[in-house]
Amino acid sequence: MADPRIVIVGAGPAGTRAAELLVAAGLRPVVIDESPRSGGQIYRRPPPNFTRSHEQLYGTEAGRARAIHATFDAFANKVDYRAETLAWAVKDDRVFVQKAMTVEQIPYDALLLAPGATDRLIPLEGWTRPGCYSLGAAQITLKAQGCAIGQEVVFVGTGPLLYLVAYQYMKAGIAPVAVLDTSSLAQQLRGLPLMVARPEQLIKGAQIVSALRQGGVRVLRGVRPLEVLGDDRSVTGMRFCDAAGHEQELRCTAVGMGYHLRAESQLADLAGCSFEFHPTVRQWLPVIDEMGRSSIRNVYLAGDGVRILGADGAEVAGRLAAIALLSDLGWPIDQAKVRSLQAEMRRHVRFASGIAKAFPWPHEQVAAIPDRTLICRCEAITAGELRASVKDLFSPEVNRAKAFSRVGMGRCQGRFCGPASQEVVAAANGAPIQSAGRIRGQAPVKPLPIGITEETSRG
Amino acid sequence: MVEASGQADVIIVGGGIVGASTAFFLRGRGVKVILLERFLIGQQASGTNFGNVRRQGRYLRQLPLANRSRDIWGRIHELTGSNVEFMPVGHIRFLWKEEQLAVVEKYQRDAAEYGLELHILGKEAIRERFPFIGPEAVAGSWSPHDGHANPRLVAPAFAQAAMRNGATIIENCEVLSIEKSGEDFTVETPRGNYRAPVVVISSGAWGADHAAAMGEAVPLVVDGPQMGVTEPLPYFVHPVVGVSTQVPGEVAYLRQIPRGNIIFGGVRRRPAALDERRAKYDPAGLMEQLRQIQRLAPALRHARVIRTWSGVEGYLADDIPVMGDSDKIAGLFYAFGFCGHGFQIGPGVGDVMAELIATGTTTTPIDDFHIRRFKDPARWQRTAAH
Ligand SMILES: Cc1cc2nc3c(=O)[nH]c(=O)nc-3n(C[C@H](O)[C@H](O)[C@H](O)COP(=O)(O)OP(=O)(O)OC[C@H]3O[C@@H](n4cnc5c(N)ncnc54)[C@H](O)[C@@H]3O)c2cc1C
Ligand SMILES: Cc1cc2nc3c(=O)[nH]c(=O)nc-3n(C[C@H](O)[C@H](O)[C@H](O)COP(=O)(O)OP(=O)(O)OC[C@H]3O[C@@H](n4cnc5c(N)ncnc54)[C@H](O)[C@@H]3O)c2cc1C
Repeated sequence: MADPRIVIVGAGPAGTRAAELLVAAGLRPVVIDESPRSGGQIYRRPPPNFTRSHEQLYGTEAGRARAIHATFDAFANKVDYRAETLAWAVKDDRVFVQKAMTVEQIPYDALLLAPGATDRLIPLEGWTRPGCYSLGAAQITLKAQGCAIGQEVVFVGTGPLLYLVAYQYMKAGIAPVAVLDTSSLAQQLRGLPLMVARPEQLIKGAQIVSALRQGGVRVLRGVRPLEVLGDDRSVTGMRFCDAAGHEQELRCTAVGMGYHLRAESQLADLAGCSFEFHPTVRQWLPVIDEMGRSSIRNVYLAGDGVRILGADGAEVAGRLAAIALLSDLGWPIDQAKVRSLQAEMRRHVRFASGIAKAFPWPHEQVAAIPDRTLICRCEAITAGELRASVKDLFSPEVNRAKAFSRVGMGRCQGRFCGPASQEVVAAANGAPIQSAGRIRGQAPVKPLPIGITEETSRG
Repeated sequence: MVEASGQADVIIVGGGIVGASTAFFLRGRGVKVILLERFLIGQQASGTNFGNVRRQGRYLRQLPLANRSRDIWGRIHELTGSNVEFMPVGHIRFLWKEEQLAVVEKYQRDAAEYGLELHILGKEAIRERFPFIGPEAVAGSWSPHDGHANPRLVAPAFAQAAMRNGATIIENCEVLSIEKSGEDFTVETPRGNYRAPVVVISSGAWGADHAAAMGEAVPLVVDGPQMGVTEPLPYFVHPVVGVSTQVPGEVAYLRQIPRGNIIFGGVRRRPAALDERRAKYDPAGLMEQLRQIQRLAPALRHARVIRTWSGVEGYLADDIPVMGDSDKIAGLFYAFGFCGHGFQIGPGVGDVMAELIATGTTTTPIDDFHIRRFKDPARWQRTAAH
């Protein structure tokens, strides 16, 4: 192909490393990202007039952040970079994008999706009170805006991000009231043998926990969150069951919650990619080969949008997917380089499976969400109503339950309520989680203004 | 739902609104039925459609059936014991051009003979009654007793009511072949064979393949109307809204549900495939749809679309369904290919099919829809061209 049209969605670590290789091969890919600046989730850049240094913003990751930003800036004028542009659909070898009030169709010969991940949440009584945030949102307010979600914060959930965000808050001068982890210490130790695949990360994690303890932050493991206390104007506390089974209450004015991440796989779904169920993370993820090729001939997947391997893993995955893409277009490839990247990738996969073991998604807790708790925030549907759609109307899987109950029909399109609704539907049917399936992706992946007009010059 | 491989008076192939309501009304007449559905009840056209319970503008000679159906809609909650969100809020068709007035006035006169009440409203009247309407509209045709309902709930409601009354409904059970041997049909599925002296083909867009297998080919095109829905907005569009126009690209429609979302569709249908479980929405058509619905309600420009979808529908060459008994095989009945109208007339079709099967005749005329009209290929080409 003389001048192949390549589109990359996502300018985080995966998209940046992929674009870098494509540019080096003499190509000029289109790079689409809905954020105002490149960097992605972890290396999110603040607005240009903010003056905090990389060290202040990214802590131990400052070096990597600087490298990713510098790489992107160096090739920015060699790619067709579309910032603040949302990719909202994929069909018939075209990406449909929106920027402000215009839309456009971008045809491609090859598509590389690196859209990252978002928080995986568990509905909790009181989780819609103002003052209740996802961990990601708590981190973004801090990173991009220099704000905290509150003065007295409780962080609840599980996974490395739980501790990291708490630590970042402490460093920013807002020591959290507590970190409540649903995973027990014993459970966490079970992940160790796999996590040693990346000793440096393991040490970093241990340091963070001990720093939190030294800073006076209570760290409780093996908890069962019960309720975010407060009213429709504020959060006043957090009620939970501790590891010993005693109910406790903590006063706080804000709650940050998250249970690791979930891949943003809707674009891959719209592109027609096959999915498979991964029992370790209890998520449906797109099928890929060891390079990142999807089941669709010209669609490549990389980064947290396909496997949650963290930022370093995303860089490797971005490189591998770009190499696969180039090789499929007839470019020569450096086999030794591929082998070393794949070896590195295996380390990340091993580590990630350790993380999944150490900080499991507490699916029994999800399945047991009380009937009165809102499971779908957008449509205000309770877990009880979802269960009724399963039991009274015979919904074997989540899309049927959605049709009857509206869970997943709102603005988020099931991105946030989907994982929990799978558990509730499966449990209500007394069937394994796979049988509940996954909420199908439907365009637009995020709400689209009706007043938009079509840009015809480029397509 | 219960599983059984067995024998009945009637086997229904396909559990959309037509098959499910046929099962329901047959049970009402004491007939033993088994309904076989390839996937889940009401998951195809019957569950994905726009939800319009509209009679105005439809084929005139279909109105007696449509009226019978409208009567059932008015009682559907008590009949099925489910709230399927039927709202008789009226249907308004707006006109963009003065010339179109003659068309809707003639339809008004003709429809009156079938008992369908319509009112032609002028420029001022439409603005007074429907303040949301855009500046281009010149008139409207108002059908006070039409309305809308929630498609996702209706076929399952009929199926559940039929089951409570003793029907056997088997989901995830694809009919692979139908053969008549002696008095009985043998209906083959991966879960075993089912036998009955009567079979009803109510398999929607797939009906033409089934009819062809029985030696009665019909000219049916499979298409997917394109649908979308907005985020919830204040409840300001009470009737169902459509357009009366000669320009295909201007055909757009919308309705709002009390919780606030506006459902819309129209402009262009896209080809759909029978071998895929669901029709795909084509985002390339969205801009044109959004332009057309803003002509109807300009305030929508500030709202957002949250989801799009499509569904698999069968359109006969003459735009009316196939209904009635087979021309070739005794005991075989058809009710498929509802050409984008089947949600409104579906309950009536079920009632009429039950009457036809149980009594051998119908009080509502359905002769126009008989499959024999396609016996002579030259004739369908004529009707198709017209
Ligand atoms: C909220 C959050 C906080 C995290 N914090 C940390 C942390 O502190 N430390 C850590 O090690 N890891 C963290 N992670 C994980 C880390 O961010 C990822 O491992 C890493 O960023 C993955 O890189 P990526 O390139 O795959 O995706 P990302 O970095 O997420 O980049 C994806 C990019 O795609 C864009 N995008 C997505 N969908 C579309 C679309 N439809 N149209 C246009 N653009 C789109 C996004 O704007 C984003 O810039 C966090 C993840 C999340 C979700
Ligand atoms: C997007 C869209 C919008 C529409 N809008 C409206 C509207 O607003 N108003 C209106 O009146 N009409 C509308 N229609 C038309 C209406 O939805 C259909 O005419 C009606 O639902 C047809 O019902 P049905 O039961 O015949 O078909 P279907 O609902 O398609 O049911 C047929 C069933 O047969 C099953 N089947 C197929 N093959 C087999 C087999 N081999 N074995 C067993 N089962 C089988 C299928 O799985 C399916 O469930 C619309 C249609 C679509 C697609």
